[in-house]
Amino acid sequence: MNAKKSKGEKPAKSDGKTVKVKGKVKSATTRARAMLGRVIMGRHANGLRRVAITGMGTVNALGRDVPSTFEAMREGRCGIGPLDFRDVDRLAVRIGGQVRDWEPETYFNRQQIVLYDKFTQFTLLAAREAVGQSGLVFDGELGLRAGVVLGTAAGGMNTWDENYRTVYEEGKNRVHPFVVPKLMNNAAASHLSMEYGLMGPSFTVATACASSNHAMGMAFNMVRSGAATVMLTGGSEAMLCFGGVKAWEGLRVMSKDACRPFSATRNGMVQGEGAGVFVFEDWEHAVARGADILAEVVGFSMSADAQDIVMPSAIGAERTITGAMLDAHMRPEEFGYINAHGTGTAANDKTECAAVAHAFGHHADRLMISSTKSMHGHLIGGTGAVELLACIMALRDGIIAPTIGYEEPDPECALDVVPNEAREAKVGAVLSNAFAFGGLNAVIALRKA
Amino acid sequence: MTEVRDRIIQIIADQAMLDPAELKPEMSPQDIGIDSMGLVESIFALEEEFDISVPFNANEPEKSDFDISTLGSIIAAVEKLIAEKA
Repeated sequence: MNAKKSKGEKPAKSDGKTVKVKGKVKSATTRARAMLGRVIMGRHANGLRRVAITGMGTVNALGRDVPSTFEAMREGRCGIGPLDFRDVDRLAVRIGGQVRDWEPETYFNRQQIVLYDKFTQFTLLAAREAVGQSGLVFDGELGLRAGVVLGTAAGGMNTWDENYRTVYEEGKNRVHPFVVPKLMNNAAASHLSMEYGLMGPSFTVATACASSNHAMGMAFNMVRSGAATVMLTGGSEAMLCFGGVKAWEGLRVMSKDACRPFSATRNGMVQGEGAGVFVFEDWEHAVARGADILAEVVGFSMSADAQDIVMPSAIGAERTITGAMLDAHMRPEEFGYINAHGTGTAANDKTECAAVAHAFGHHADRLMISSTKSMHGHLIGGTGAVELLACIMALRDGIIAPTIGYEEPDPECALDVVPNEAREAKVGAVLSNAFAFGGLNAVIALRKA
Repeated sequence: MTEVRDRIIQIIADQAMLDPAELKPEMSPQDIGIDSMGLVESIFALEEEFDISVPFNANEPEKSDFDISTLGSIIAAVEKLIAEKA
């Protein structure tokens, strides 16, 4: 086999090393992991396919594409600022990670804008970048073998908000005929399928703040199992409108000044908006066409706390983190960075740090864990997708995005949170955490390609 | 102000699903059986009842000007907000 020359061989080599390092006495678990984790070209020994990321795109408060977002993350720039929309003066919380000066006319024609809520617009723009980078054209058989699964919590919230105003506030009795197709949660996924001719499995998942991670986990498993050759995946959210922020205000967990995850001075979350879209592709397919592989998706785990509708559980989070590493057949020591859920609330941050400390044991002290929500805000259903970009930047560029706004250590968050400044570091594998309201957890694992 | 006091106690008692007579001013929300969610809901109910705005962030309840340590302190804080409004 000429496998040694291909990228596909790399992880197989490192797996070989893992076994050597362990020495002569190998535990049953180590042997089982080495067996299961063995990869031959694009397949695992157990018949599952390997999954490559061959495209990425985004729109968020830090930038309208990946290069500008990476630049902002490297510089530790904050995209959070005063909100600008109708009736903002009636809100108690007036800051957010808003995509400023958004003019859909720049990207879409009149007929499209009539049908696209903002969350769909963000998705389509992010997908243009991701699909463009992948170089894929979904014609013939590939279109039948490609699908799209996206996450969003609120779908077309701006459309709901505007039309409720029309009927309740303005007292009108007629709304635009496309209100329903515009606001439905699956609108973005459907428009992506139409835009690119994706005729395979396509749907939307809504698990609040974990939506994107659940979506990407589904896409990963579909490519890994062979159910699809390519999946467009990620998520989008556009909840920054009067009704959207007013609803969040009610919970009294929002900060009025800044998102400061893990800092003792943190006082709540800050909402963001935008989208992240990725191309997940069968490894063999990507290698065969000479695609640039950005990273490998190696593991995914999801679970439910089954406890509380808003309070997170350290046990549930820990179980999911460990599950993702097991699914990847990797040891905790192989992971160098975690993109935290890190919302900046009192409850999340200490629970998440406890979960990471338990899941990683002594290795927790060598890990870097940062929350990029401090820069782009909490994109709710789209957040995992934008945060996966920081994971790819860590693997590909060796730059760890910081947790900005960090002022004072919190003994309950005593991990290396990469405070305020980005850091150069070589990492071979990373995790991205998402722990949603409703106690729904989803953790995804990536490895350097 | 007794009437206001009784209305406040009634709201807290409803939240805890207790008889108002069982509530004592020195009891903390925890003693009454009100968790953080219950507290946020009670504060909302008090705001609606008296048309006031309570400064309260669930992330840092202790830093708030609104003292929620006991039922008595909550009553005093609500009475103060009502007085300020008038």
